[in-house]
Amino acid sequence: MSKTPSALVLGGGSTGCGIARDLAMRGVDVTLVEKGNLTHGTTGRMHGLLHSGGRYAVSDQKSATECIEENRVLRRIASHCVEMTGGLFVQRPEDDDEYFEEKLQGCRECGIPAEALSAEEAREMEPYLAEDIERAIRVPDGAVDPFRLCVANAADAIEHGARVETHAEVTDVLVEDGEVVGVEVEHASDGGSADGLDSFVHGEPGTTEELYADYVVNATGAWAGQIGEMADVEVAVRPSKGVMTIMNVRQVDTVINRCRPKGDADIVVPHETTCILGTTDEEVEDPEDYPEEGWEVDLMIDTLSELVPMLSEARTIRSFWGVRPLYEPPEVGSEDPTDITRDFFLLDHDERDGLPGMASIVGGKLTTYRMMAEDIADHVCERLGVDAECRTAEEPLPGSEDFSVLRDWMDEFGLRSPVGLRSAERLGSRIDEVLGEWDGPNPTVCECEAVTRAEIQDAISQSGTELNAVRIRTRASMGNCQGAFCCHRMANELVPEYDEPTARDALDDLYQERWKGERHALWGEQLSQAMLKHHLHATTMNRDGDPAATGEEIDFGAFDAGESEGELSDTSGGDRSGDAVADGGRRTRTDETEGDADGDS
Amino acid sequence: MAIREDVLVVGGGIAGATAALAAAESDAKVRLLSHKKSTLRQASGLVDVLGAIPRGGSTDGSGAVSDGAAPADEGSTDQSELVADPLAAIERLPEDHPYRVVGADGIRNGLEIFDDVVGDAYEGGHTDRNALVLTHGGTVKPTARYPQSVAPGLASAEKKTLLVGFAGLTDFDAPAAAAHLDAAGVPFDVDGATVTFPIQFRDDALTTRFAKALDKDQSGVRKRLADVVSEQLDDHERVGFPAMLGDDAGEEVRADLEDRLGAAVFQIPTGPPSLLGMQLEDLLFDALDAAGVRISSGNLAVGYEANDGRIESVLVDQRGNEVPYAAEEFVLATGGLVGKGIDSDRESVTEPVFGCHVPHPEDRYDWSEPAAFGAHAFARFGVVPDGDLRPTDGSGSEEFENLRAAGGVLGGADTAREKSAAGVSLATGAHAGRRAGEEATR
Ligand SMILES: Cc1cc2nc3c(=O)[nH]c(=O)nc-3n(C[C@H](O)[C@H](O)[C@H](O)COP(=O)(O)OP(=O)(O)OC[C@H]3O[C@@H](n4cnc5c(N)ncnc54)[C@H](O)[C@@H]3O)c2cc1C
Ligand SMILES: Cc1cc2nc3c(=O)[nH]c(=O)nc-3n(C[C@H](O)[C@H](O)[C@H](O)COP(=O)(O)OP(=O)(O)OC[C@H]3O[C@@H](n4cnc5c(N)ncnc54)[C@H](O)[C@@H]3O)c2cc1C
Repeated sequence: MSKTPSALVLGGGSTGCGIARDLAMRGVDVTLVEKGNLTHGTTGRMHGLLHSGGRYAVSDQKSATECIEENRVLRRIASHCVEMTGGLFVQRPEDDDEYFEEKLQGCRECGIPAEALSAEEAREMEPYLAEDIERAIRVPDGAVDPFRLCVANAADAIEHGARVETHAEVTDVLVEDGEVVGVEVEHASDGGSADGLDSFVHGEPGTTEELYADYVVNATGAWAGQIGEMADVEVAVRPSKGVMTIMNVRQVDTVINRCRPKGDADIVVPHETTCILGTTDEEVEDPEDYPEEGWEVDLMIDTLSELVPMLSEARTIRSFWGVRPLYEPPEVGSEDPTDITRDFFLLDHDERDGLPGMASIVGGKLTTYRMMAEDIADHVCERLGVDAECRTAEEPLPGSEDFSVLRDWMDEFGLRSPVGLRSAERLGSRIDEVLGEWDGPNPTVCECEAVTRAEIQDAISQSGTELNAVRIRTRASMGNCQGAFCCHRMANELVPEYDEPTARDALDDLYQERWKGERHALWGEQLSQAMLKHHLHATTMNRDGDPAATGEEIDFGAFDAGESEGELSDTSGGDRSGDAVADGGRRTRTDETEGDADGDS
Repeated sequence: MAIREDVLVVGGGIAGATAALAAAESDAKVRLLSHKKSTLRQASGLVDVLGAIPRGGSTDGSGAVSDGAAPADEGSTDQSELVADPLAAIERLPEDHPYRVVGADGIRNGLEIFDDVVGDAYEGGHTDRNALVLTHGGTVKPTARYPQSVAPGLASAEKKTLLVGFAGLTDFDAPAAAAHLDAAGVPFDVDGATVTFPIQFRDDALTTRFAKALDKDQSGVRKRLADVVSEQLDDHERVGFPAMLGDDAGEEVRADLEDRLGAAVFQIPTGPPSLLGMQLEDLLFDALDAAGVRISSGNLAVGYEANDGRIESVLVDQRGNEVPYAAEEFVLATGGLVGKGIDSDRESVTEPVFGCHVPHPEDRYDWSEPAAFGAHAFARFGVVPDGDLRPTDGSGSEEFENLRAAGGVLGGADTAREKSAAGVSLATGAHAGRRAGEEATR
């Protein structure tokens, strides 16, 4: 044991990672242990909504106020994990008018910017909203990438001296003289390396290790009861499962909430190129073994298509389930899990159970993870006699300055973020400079790699007309379609700064360069793709027979000018047996009788 | 009870639809079987018959025209020569081209079926000559049939033209396209303007969103759009937009805009998702319904049963069961590499339903050319037909007595460079379907 006060954090979800970061920044010697990989638990299986607080503005104003506060903090410290999509609470004809007013009022009371929109205004924002909606409230909801967020917290903890041990399951809580002094962990023998994910296994695989610390924080979420049992204290977490269904495309660009008191299947969250529908709330016995049922998925689609009808026809990619670590003090005794507060609780086992040296943190939401971490870190510091201020709300997380840092860490933890903001990843701390100051529409230019106009323009400003360099900077045209759909769009981005012939040359160079690479994979699906690309660029666009490029002089008069333009008379058409029109001489039509069908047929 | 027809067409693209319609003319009972939506949703909606004779760029000589008069053009092997009279040009195609099998009459027959199907929705039928349409890439392309909404934009009509693009639509940049058309030598003045669509969609909204808004005239969008465009109009006589001017109510939208602008309004065909292509698909399927063709879609043909050189049934995968679809005559219209009528792996190229012979170079690196628009062998992959469009085996004899092939699944045509894709499908579909119908009802 070191002389600096030490703490052991159990659980590598958002809560545990947040606590580890906070304590490490305050100078505590921290070790975090996680039985799987980071985000292995609920954090890796959640909806990804960065709450504005609107959802709780009527039922739970304390949570609502915390949400809006943390929503603002995360936008500041973790901009690379957040997409501010905005959100709508949508009222259908069968939904209560009074509740709508209460919601609006509640938002205002909690300091959540909220604006009432007419149905027309809401549909202008989101054209696929149902025809018969009544109205909506606009709030600052967003999408958050939990994978990045956890890794960024863990990375910062490590940079502040923490040890992070994944694939290390706590198998016992060590109690000496009536006090918790540490835990026993089992280093997985298969986990890390077998799934090719993890390089953060320090312990010898297959061995057990006893870890000692001055204080132990149980942040194992839905599993907190199991750790409690190991120490003979009761932590009555009520795990409650929820389903989420991923759709094939991003049908909406705004978080869509149903404006009614409570219910299942009432939120759609856009994530990068997809949407995620959710969710349900059903208590389960075991956070790791519960039924995943088809009706839950049907319920998502059926209920949410009342808000966005096209969902009923859309393709779903897959569904997944997560388990909420809900907690309420035993004396409350809610029957229905939806009635259990979303607030978090700090259980000091010394005060509660007469077992010093350990506290559990349960409940809460991802959105408020930092605040939860701050609370428990305050508590731990007080117990350890550490006098240091919390700085996690001010100090940006690693990668929000320079994303390559976080990318390295993601690799290190073997984590890929399925719902990450890819452009933020590429741009890192330049994101504000590139995207933040972009004026005007910012459409996606390359869909496969999700590269937007602002990024292409940024790359052009650095690489000029060399589209191959733009490609390498941005990854545009390097996805599945190998540039079939975006090469010409990239070239379009060069205009008007550069003239059209320059843009055309740049396109030809890029197209040829891509083709060189494609030729090494030309069979099966890629060959079909190549044929599609050939059709798009040669058949539809005629880039191979483009007179501007071939220099071929076209006799425009030899071609059909349209029925209403009148046919060429036989004499002026001449003998066209030599069908090729590249005859050098450029005929101009003299007999044009505008808008007059001359009844040639 | 077993499913039994006179004629079974496998494949629901433009070739399969044409074959089914041609077969139905002989009063045969016809069924069309299709796995997925066809390539029409990706296609521009134009019907090319023969727009170009590719010049050189091939290693095996096919597809090249050895025009003694033209000097060998070393530097640009991937050029094509645009063609104004497609029917007269077919004799310049290589011997093994499907057009050489069905001839000019075959093309006429195919176009006749097409013209019947589309009625007023398409133009071009008044002449044998090709029209030059504007492409969204900013040049012109020869085509034989074009949607009504494309007609006012033909390049041979000398009218001062304004192209309009939208700030969030990256596929079409109007000022670049205008400059490009100028470089291509079009005989009219052309300008381009980028405007903001009056309704704010998300930044990368699909064209369908714009189209739907215009269809419904959501928030008075037609007037608002006309107002924005008229600021740029000056003395331009016609205005071209990317093909997103409405879907179901497209003609109404266009007429409305013409009215408000006092200028002709036309559409420029675009890439996927292509509204014009989808509209053509709808027209074809309406015609199939009207002709009494039964349609089974959603299931993949996976094999066949044959006896004595004749196919008895095609086996269709239905949730893991192979269900036989019996008929007298069969048409293979499963498309090319894109439609999945032709498949490939590292070693070989195959026709997956009947296992018909598909010739291809042994070395995979010979399947393509180093130049992106070269005379790629892969572009001509397909089955080899006899004089009656029956696929043949390696030795030149028919694979099956009662199987004919049509459309992209046929080899020998580089339909992309030739601008001949839909034309080949129509001509061979008409032939194969008519022959199948005749044989089945004899
Ligand atoms: C369906 C659903 C949707 C949600 N949607 C949202 C939302 O949109 N917005 C929002 O803000 N919140 C949402 N939440 C809530 C949010 O996901 C959770 O509150 C949060 O992720 C909890 O994080 P945690 O770190 O406390 O728990 P967890 O992420 O579960 O972390 C606990 C960790 O402890 C580990 N562990 C367990 N036992 C042991 C052991 N013996 N030894 C070592 N490690 C162990 C686990 O593997 C796990 O990684 C949602 C929750 C669910 C279930
Ligand atoms: C991007 C692009 C742009 C194009 N632009 C133009 C253009 O501008 N002008 C033009 O004239 N042409 C154009 N074309 C070509 C045209 O759309 C057709 O591809 C071509 O005419 C071939 O048509 P097809 O009917 O033979 O095949 P497809 O359209 O490919 O249809 C084949 C059908 O068969 C089905 N099928 C395949 N295998 C099976 C099976 N085993 N069982 C059951 N069903 C099966 C498929 O699902 C599909 O429905 C374009 C094509 C593409 C890809």
